[in-house]
Amino acid sequence: MSLMNAHEALGQALAEEMQRDSRVLMFGEGVATKRKDLLEAFGPQRVRNTPLAEGIIAGTAAGAAATGLRPVADLLFAPFLCFAMDGIVNSAGKLRYMSGGQFEFPMVILAMTGGGWTVGAQHNHNIEAWFVHSPGLKVVMPSTPADFKGLMKAAIRDDNPVLFFMDMALGFEPGEVPEGEWIVPLGQAAIRREGTDLTLISYAKTVHTCLAAADALAGQGLSAEVIDLRTLKPLDEATLLASVRKTGRAIVVHEAGALCGVGAEVAALLSEKAFDALKAPLVRITGPDAPAPSSYALEQAFMPQPAAIAQAGLDLVQRDALVGR
Amino acid sequence: MSPAMSSASPAPSRLDLLAAMLRIRAYEERIVAFHDEGPFPHVCTSVGQEAAAVGVVSALRPDDQILTNHRSAGHLLARGADPGRLLAEVMGRSTGYCKGKSGTLHISAKELGVILTSTIVGGELSLAPGVALSRSMLGGEGIVVCFFGDGAACEGIFHESLNLASVWNLPVLYVCENNQWQAFVHRKETMTGDHVGPWAAAYGMDHLTVDGNDVEAVLEAATCAAAQVRQTRRPFLLEASTYRQRGHMEPHDQSYVDPAEIEAWLAKDPIDRLSARLLDAGELTPQGLEALRLQAREAMNAAAAFAQASPFPDPSELTTDVYA
Ligand SMILES: Cc1ncc(C[n+]2csc(CCOP(=O)(O)OP(=O)(O)O)c2C)c(N)n1
Ligand SMILES: [Mg+2]
Repeated sequence: MSLMNAHEALGQALAEEMQRDSRVLMFGEGVATKRKDLLEAFGPQRVRNTPLAEGIIAGTAAGAAATGLRPVADLLFAPFLCFAMDGIVNSAGKLRYMSGGQFEFPMVILAMTGGGWTVGAQHNHNIEAWFVHSPGLKVVMPSTPADFKGLMKAAIRDDNPVLFFMDMALGFEPGEVPEGEWIVPLGQAAIRREGTDLTLISYAKTVHTCLAAADALAGQGLSAEVIDLRTLKPLDEATLLASVRKTGRAIVVHEAGALCGVGAEVAALLSEKAFDALKAPLVRITGPDAPAPSSYALEQAFMPQPAAIAQAGLDLVQRDALVGR
Repeated sequence: MSPAMSSASPAPSRLDLLAAMLRIRAYEERIVAFHDEGPFPHVCTSVGQEAAAVGVVSALRPDDQILTNHRSAGHLLARGADPGRLLAEVMGRSTGYCKGKSGTLHISAKELGVILTSTIVGGELSLAPGVALSRSMLGGEGIVVCFFGDGAACEGIFHESLNLASVWNLPVLYVCENNQWQAFVHRKETMTGDHVGPWAAAYGMDHLTVDGNDVEAVLEAATCAAAQVRQTRRPFLLEASTYRQRGHMEPHDQSYVDPAEIEAWLAKDPIDRLSARLLDAGELTPQGLEALRLQAREAMNAAAAFAQASPFPDPSELTTDVYA
């Protein structure tokens, strides 16, 4: 174990995977400039700057992946992915199926998003659910430095396109990261805190918001379980269902808007497969249906806060008492 | 890669070129006949553009790779695709190149080095640099050929693709089949100037515009261009000036096209031009030509019978091949 932040953990994952597999390469706007260590270790063929052209960055990743390379493309900020949608969604996500399985697309698209840096809506837009909705793609969004490393290594080794979102507020938070061969398999949620009265379900930075809320709830005598989804697609249904079958109550928390978001999917899943276990309706606490603001005050209001989650938890349990379940 | 894979095939004879064009024409006409018979999937035929397909593909080696667009039957057939498996794919049958999962508009055939038929206009331009990057980094002498239309040249990805291929020194032979039409819009409405070729200069890339209805001229130009890409490992833009003789897609409709324009281009039909040359030179007799036509038609009838007799994919195939 050593202490490092998420950026360092990602760098370690990239270096280890490039060392392990000569087909792994990385490119994007400023990649070779910012990742001097990778450039020195692996050379300009495998660590490349690109023109400012997100469409062709994504398309090039797809073309390279279809023909034997394993590219990691850094698209910088999530809103820039709008220029890259065709390569990701129409090509990487669909062409395996459309070719009858002739091609694989082992590639990773890296992008930052999330509140905390007051960068505003053209740098901060939590669009992860868009890709969950698109066939052929996998989506991860980690919450700890250890997961940044382990999920990046798993993403690079996966034979499918993986969207890897970094919540930028987490980038410089330190955490313990295992050395060397540390893989976090795609599709496995983590139980960050065990509890019996209700389940808080989240991913990325709001996992920490949920942990703070769970602390507050403990002070009120309530035991909250906190689940970190880590991978949004494929979703770890088994862990979610087991937890909610135990607690009977669930709150889903994410910074992305509620409409057709991951929380909506989790709500549908729980009502389809654990309806009998639910003691109360599921609650969603999310960012609003509004562009992410840049003013500090508005951005704080945009992001789910521990107090609101704790209050929702209390309300859920009290509601039970009222309806006598 | 075996040595045989990388060696150039012998240059095709003029009769070979004619036979290849006749096969494409017969294939497309078989599809038109299906449409005349009843409901059939929409298809974008390449009637009139056979010389561009045959001329360019005949200049390639087995280890070269191809990306193409919705009007790809000519490229696939010239590359040696089995017309039965193509038609089966068009009809959504499991014996198609993509197990019936692509339909007409997206046929790829890895075994032939055909990586992609894109129906996202410009999708082929988007993937081409990455395929060429694999060629560069994983070794081998093969080059990547990317066929696209004059309409695709108006997409932003055209600029991004040529620019990247140039700054990264990627071995891509870009081939623009300028067939004067972009679905239901004439290219005169969408671009200034008559040619796409010169746009390459903006990317420091060599280019050539060739009479795309003269298969010998296309073959010669493509052979030179491919040799240059092979040797310099740099991209090149070849433009073939040609004409879409039928409507954008089947069922056929050209009600929006000036009849004088159609007439002028029909007079330059690529098959008629080469056969006239061969007849004049005494390399072909009228009977010989008729025999070649008949042979092509019979081959396509057999292909159609194979496709029609082929089963549809099992419904269980609906969700296979989504993830690796
Ligand atoms: C991104 C995208 N936009 C629009 C279309 C609809 N469309 C299909 S083919 C076509 C015309 C393309 O023109 P061109 O590139 O010149 O090729 P051609 O059909 O002439 O061979 C259009 C507009 C599409 N398939 N994809
Ligand atoms: Mg056109």
